[in-house]
Amino acid sequence: MKIFAFIQIDDGVVNRLSVETLTGAQKLAAATNGSVTAVVFGAVPDDLKTYKVKEILNVQAAELEDYSPLYYIEALSRIISSESPDTVVFGHTYQVRDWVPRLSARLKLPFLVDCIGFKTDDNFTVTRQISQGKINADMAFENPSLISFQSGAFRADEVESGTAEVRAIALDLSAVPGTIRPGEKYQQARGSVDLSHAKVIVSVGRGIGKEENIPLVKELADALSAELGCSRPVVDYGWLPHERQVGSSGQTVSPKLYLALGISGAIQHQVGMKGADTIVAINKDENAPIFEIADIGIVADLFEIVPKLTESIKAKK
Amino acid sequence: MKSCVLIKQVPDGDSPVVIADDQVSLKGEGITWTTNETDGYALEEALLLKEAHGGEVVVCTIGKDSALQVVKDALAKGADRGIFITDPKFDNLDSFGKAAIFAQVLKDENFDLIFSGLQSDNSSNAQTGLILAEFLGTSHATMVIGTEWIDESRIKVNRELEAGWFRWTELDFPASLTIQSGINKPRYASLRGIMLMKKKPIATVTAEDLAMDEIPALSHIKKLYVPRKTKETVFISGSPEEIVTQLTDKLENEIKVL
Repeated sequence: MKIFAFIQIDDGVVNRLSVETLTGAQKLAAATNGSVTAVVFGAVPDDLKTYKVKEILNVQAAELEDYSPLYYIEALSRIISSESPDTVVFGHTYQVRDWVPRLSARLKLPFLVDCIGFKTDDNFTVTRQISQGKINADMAFENPSLISFQSGAFRADEVESGTAEVRAIALDLSAVPGTIRPGEKYQQARGSVDLSHAKVIVSVGRGIGKEENIPLVKELADALSAELGCSRPVVDYGWLPHERQVGSSGQTVSPKLYLALGISGAIQHQVGMKGADTIVAINKDENAPIFEIADIGIVADLFEIVPKLTESIKAKK
Repeated sequence: MKSCVLIKQVPDGDSPVVIADDQVSLKGEGITWTTNETDGYALEEALLLKEAHGGEVVVCTIGKDSALQVVKDALAKGADRGIFITDPKFDNLDSFGKAAIFAQVLKDENFDLIFSGLQSDNSSNAQTGLILAEFLGTSHATMVIGTEWIDESRIKVNRELEAGWFRWTELDFPASLTIQSGINKPRYASLRGIMLMKKKPIATVTAEDLAMDEIPALSHIKKLYVPRKTKETVFISGSPEEIVTQLTDKLENEIKVL
């Protein structure tokens, strides 16, 4: 299979998810006796040249130096048309979500998103999660195709090393309409809460039910001398500030203990906390995806457990 | 300003998820249906912009008979009219097929803005709003967490990036926006809203009404299955007291955080 791996460059650095995806592309090439070509827009970072690929296709145009969706779509659309890869793989980043669906529509190619793996045993299929991670779906489609892989689908440290020649292709993108005009990126002022160094985090999700119940978990956090964290819905509802959010749009944490209370464990949350040494999850839904990654699981109503747990811990101290 | 909000009816988070005997679909029994979460935020954003700058808000869905309810709910919250696309032929569409139908139904409406939730809670493809943008030739932005109306032909939107980064982006009308959760506080329907809803028009569109011979599908489900656990999870069970005793012991002696 002729595989193209799109490499996202963020401020001159190869996106980590793109490296993971390159590992996936190498595995797919090995399974299909195929080849991997890395596709890069703009300058090629040196570390990309240390990976094993057939070649690095360096697409050059002034408009590609900073991300803007319509230029990205037009550029890759032309590359796919002229180079005819069987499949193009991407890391499932927020940026990829902003342009590749539209590319798929332009070329009328299937785009299989947020995949966790592929199979080549029978036909070529990819696996993706549906119903909030409770079910896996093997998807069938025809090549040429576009596929994005979820964070963690492959390991960045398993990427094969090698050398690669760079082939440059210059494109004239001056005819692309300027109807989408991105401004400068900015980072929200960092709050006073830094969860990344916390040893123990008590984290609360939608299962807490209402704002009035937050003190219940705050007390447990205090008893454990822990920081209080939360999943996205808790911030969306205004129950806790954004600075306490763990996950892809919040903080990434790696505590000794992560105690997840009423958190279902959507992938966007998991990417922020799966590096914890020990994950303890309390959730009333035994099928919640949080139990996929928990070391200790408790299927129960958190309101029956948390107050007693707080008392029990206080008694130990 | 004329806005359209695409909404989808999905099972609520507590509904049972059971694979049907055909192994390519989910059982419908016992499911409580609701409006997809981010679609609710999309509707609210469209209503807020209409209240500030005037115009019309139209809601549109593709679904089975039960999906008429999400249109009614949106009308009760303040949308002006509904378009209900329903046909057994439309039951198993992928994002490409759905967007193709939406494009066919909406192309002559000349909307300034098309809103949708950034992804559905059940299939999570996060593509329909963008594919539709391509079919209708509009500008687009995804993961929109803020909007700022500029004038009759432009809007500024704040896009959420990863890890606390954001980016304001200016778009020409027409534009397709996919809305991130937390952008606003979705309203509840008032009693008056529910009464008004009953008089609002809902147009029903079937396959026959659309000049589309075949609905294109670019991918399909080959097999559904429950994921195999990759991690060994130790489950603690018993009465709340027993659970707390065991967990406290583990926190003290195994995880050593006490």
